[in-house]
Amino acid sequence: MKHDVVEKNVGLMIILTIVALSFGTLVELVPLMFDKETNEPIAGLMPLPALELEGRDIYIREGCNTCHSQMIRPLRAETERYGHYSVAGESVYNHPFLWGSKRTGPDLARVGKRYSDDWHRAHLYNPRDVVPESNMPAFPWLFENEIKANITGTKMARLRMVGVPYTDDDIAGAGPAVTGKKEIDALVAYLQQLGILLQSKR
Amino acid sequence: MASFWSMWIIILTSITFVGITWILFANRKGEKRATDNTTGHEYDGIQELDNPLPAWWFYMFVLTIVWGVGYLILYPGMGNFPGVLGWTQIDQHDRKVAAADEKFRAMRDRYMALPIEEIAVDPAVRKMGTRMFSNNCAQCHGADAKGSYGFPNLTDGDWIFGGTPDAIKHSITKGRQAAMPAWGTIIGDKGVEDVTAYVMSINGRSTNDEHAAAGETVYQTYCVACHGADATGNPALGAPNLKNGIWLYGGNPEQVSHSIRAGRNGVMPALENMLGEDKIHILTAYVYGLSQ
Repeated sequence: MKHDVVEKNVGLMIILTIVALSFGTLVELVPLMFDKETNEPIAGLMPLPALELEGRDIYIREGCNTCHSQMIRPLRAETERYGHYSVAGESVYNHPFLWGSKRTGPDLARVGKRYSDDWHRAHLYNPRDVVPESNMPAFPWLFENEIKANITGTKMARLRMVGVPYTDDDIAGAGPAVTGKKEIDALVAYLQQLGILLQSKR
Repeated sequence: MASFWSMWIIILTSITFVGITWILFANRKGEKRATDNTTGHEYDGIQELDNPLPAWWFYMFVLTIVWGVGYLILYPGMGNFPGVLGWTQIDQHDRKVAAADEKFRAMRDRYMALPIEEIAVDPAVRKMGTRMFSNNCAQCHGADAKGSYGFPNLTDGDWIFGGTPDAIKHSITKGRQAAMPAWGTIIGDKGVEDVTAYVMSINGRSTNDEHAAAGETVYQTYCVACHGADATGNPALGAPNLKNGIWLYGGNPEQVSHSIRAGRNGVMPALENMLGEDKIHILTAYVYGLSQ
């Protein structure tokens, strides 16, 4: 076979490379965009309220997802420790998703209601105060910074454009709902609702 | 999955298999060409060779294709075709959980039948309890169970919500919600100062006697309902003993007055939706044993 033809014609090579690479995407990714299991929310799943939504953005800003995954795999060792394995329907309103694959700290997919609000506040202020052996960074500025309430509604409106079913009332009420709140309030509110819809005893 | 997408996956995957097989074999050179096995390129006297793939490499490619076909026959991958083995990751998980349940059932039933006081000293229970404590309790109560500011020490024999096996089991199962109200607006700054002085005085600490005397009146009006006339607390209400020198939120006058003014609402989360009855039983025994 004359591979010179491909090697000497960069345009053709680019096209053939794209064709070769696109098979994986077409087979593994495209069908999931239309699959019921990956697109339908699980029972009871609601878009994040204003405060929790801001908390999620702080979670991303502080890079929590670089050390904490939100993805419990269906392996007994994981479900024994963290609870029910994660399902696709829990993440349909997440843009971007925060599943992650690296765990320097524990998985947080079901951390909601596991600890008290007081604990989260103490732990985020300085993790060593409650877990002496922890190597997690401290986040004391969250207790001082206030949420920028003027853009919360816009965030919701943008998320609605990618399919999160916020109502006009949600968007109108977003600013007032977070006005005067500290960042720590938002982050704790976000953490306390993570994964509470699915539970399993172990 | 809709049958359209199932067919989509099956067809594209099949095309991929045919395509890579074709590329592999179409590019295969047999024996080296007799005359010249170079590409014809030459730079500064260095020629670019055009040898066939080494045989081991070529057959490794062939093997991956064969393995791929075998995989798609045995395991789910081709659209809705479940694979000959009928394997799913959820099913595998459920079987492993069931197998573990089966394995531990006898032990679980044995411990469940015994009272907490008896199994609290069992070395096996203590070992299991340590593990469960590390995973479920240590984040707040500490790896050594000695707690920290705002999170009770479980080893000192002082119990806010009671230290009987039943009370501990209830705390773990249902959680606890402490309800010390914020008294600042009710008794005012003077009241807070006086009650603080009174609390100091009953602990034998030097304080302003006049304030302490006024504080006793306030105490006997408001605080007595939960903490009791003698200030030894009431585990049924989660009201701590105020004169045993153990302070969850600190015992200096500033900390005590803050507790009175702003209230304290510590929360122990309920574990009933996370741990089975048997594990809570063993955990209770472990926690009970910590202060025995």
